[in-house]
Amino acid sequence: MLDVVALRRPPLQPATFSLDAGECLAVRGPSGAGKSLLLRAIADLDPNEGQVSLGGQARESMTAPQWRRQVGYLPAEPGWWADSIGEHFSDWSAALPILDALGLPDAARDWPVSRASTGERLRLALVRALAVGPRVLLLDEPTAALDAASVAAVEALIAARVAQGLAVLWVTHDAAQAKRVAHRCLVVEAGQVRQEAAEWTATSL
Amino acid sequence: MDGYIPLSYGDLALASLLVLANAGLSLALDLGIHRRLLIAAARMVVQLSLMGMVLTALFSHVSPLWTGLAALVMVGFAGHEVASRQERRLSGAWAYGLGTGCMMLAAALVTVFALTTALRPEPWYDPRYAVPLLGMILGNTMTGISLGMNTLTTGLVARRAGVEARLMLGATRREAMAPVIRQALRSALMPIINTMSATGVVALPGMMTGQILGGVTPAEAVKYQILILFLIAGGTGLGAVSAVLSGGWRLSDARHRLRLDRLTSSKA
Repeated sequence: MLDVVALRRPPLQPATFSLDAGECLAVRGPSGAGKSLLLRAIADLDPNEGQVSLGGQARESMTAPQWRRQVGYLPAEPGWWADSIGEHFSDWSAALPILDALGLPDAARDWPVSRASTGERLRLALVRALAVGPRVLLLDEPTAALDAASVAAVEALIAARVAQGLAVLWVTHDAAQAKRVAHRCLVVEAGQVRQEAAEWTATSL
Repeated sequence: MDGYIPLSYGDLALASLLVLANAGLSLALDLGIHRRLLIAAARMVVQLSLMGMVLTALFSHVSPLWTGLAALVMVGFAGHEVASRQERRLSGAWAYGLGTGCMMLAAALVTVFALTTALRPEPWYDPRYAVPLLGMILGNTMTGISLGMNTLTTGLVARRAGVEARLMLGATRREAMAPVIRQALRSALMPIINTMSATGVVALPGMMTGQILGGVTPAEAVKYQILILFLIAGGTGLGAVSAVLSGGWRLSDARHRLRLDRLTSSKA
């Protein structure tokens, strides 16, 4: 569904790969290898070259806001622009089921952003990104600051969405997590982006 | 101009004792600013004397060419001042060009408006009216633009994560930058708003005081002052809005990306 051909964003080498609907691709590689740059380039947040298309529709054929509503990006440190959590959602009631799945209360709407913990903010930002209704979601270490129970909740939520057809690119440092959530793996190393040849099997590690 | 009392150079020398007294205090209290104070005072005397000579020459030939040239030089200096007051500048020619262009546009428009409607000297470009008027408008527009641009660039850098978060969720650059742009325009217009509310209660404006000392009746001086403040408000608003909006435009692109790479920080 998401096709990336010769995507250039220095210092990354041209990257080519594709992602099907209902597929989760883990993105792995050492820190500073450019995993976040890759996600930002796909979301068109930094100047980049190459062909990126969604369901055969070229990125250039739509406006950047239209593109980003379909290809959502959740950075490792999500930003907030208003004082209260609720102000960051256009439709709070639509977000309620997702909040509930992540163990966040309805009352979070009135929380000041500064009151929420790092882990709560990460989960709230995930809810915010999902509430837009993207077809592809680019996740940059979405569980790095979460406790075990929250990690499990996030993984279950994304797995359910993937089963419904959401395509996910998931940056993670955790090999075990990559195995749990992803079907395949993309490795970013020394500026190179390559696909790990084989699909996961139950036995390979 | 009957009530006008001419000043002698001796009078000025006497008044300069006040500055010398300040310098003496700085020395006595070890404040370390006497040098800068004296240099600033000396610069003021030299610059104003030169300005007096230039104005005398300008006023004696009422030439559109020389008046225009003087206006350009003033705008050029003001543009330089705007650029040098920025913590972070736009890269390349934009650093100087954007502020100067917007200031020129706003100041020229407002000055010509005043000269062709309220004042109507003959000819309209008579430097006796055009140059001081432009100077007053330019000085204030300059402050507005540099405050606005500085708030815009530091605001975008500080609130980058928030602005980009909105872009990521599919907001347009206009929506995403709106809070920062609003804040920038507010801080650009705050000085003139404060000036207008305090004028006449807290402070007597320099221009009006000068006119009264020069023998003009207070009622007439007040009318002039009101006109000037309106013109300043118009020029500041026009200049700040055009500079901040085009600055926001330049710091984003057609694909609705925040382009802070087009800023260079100038750590002086």
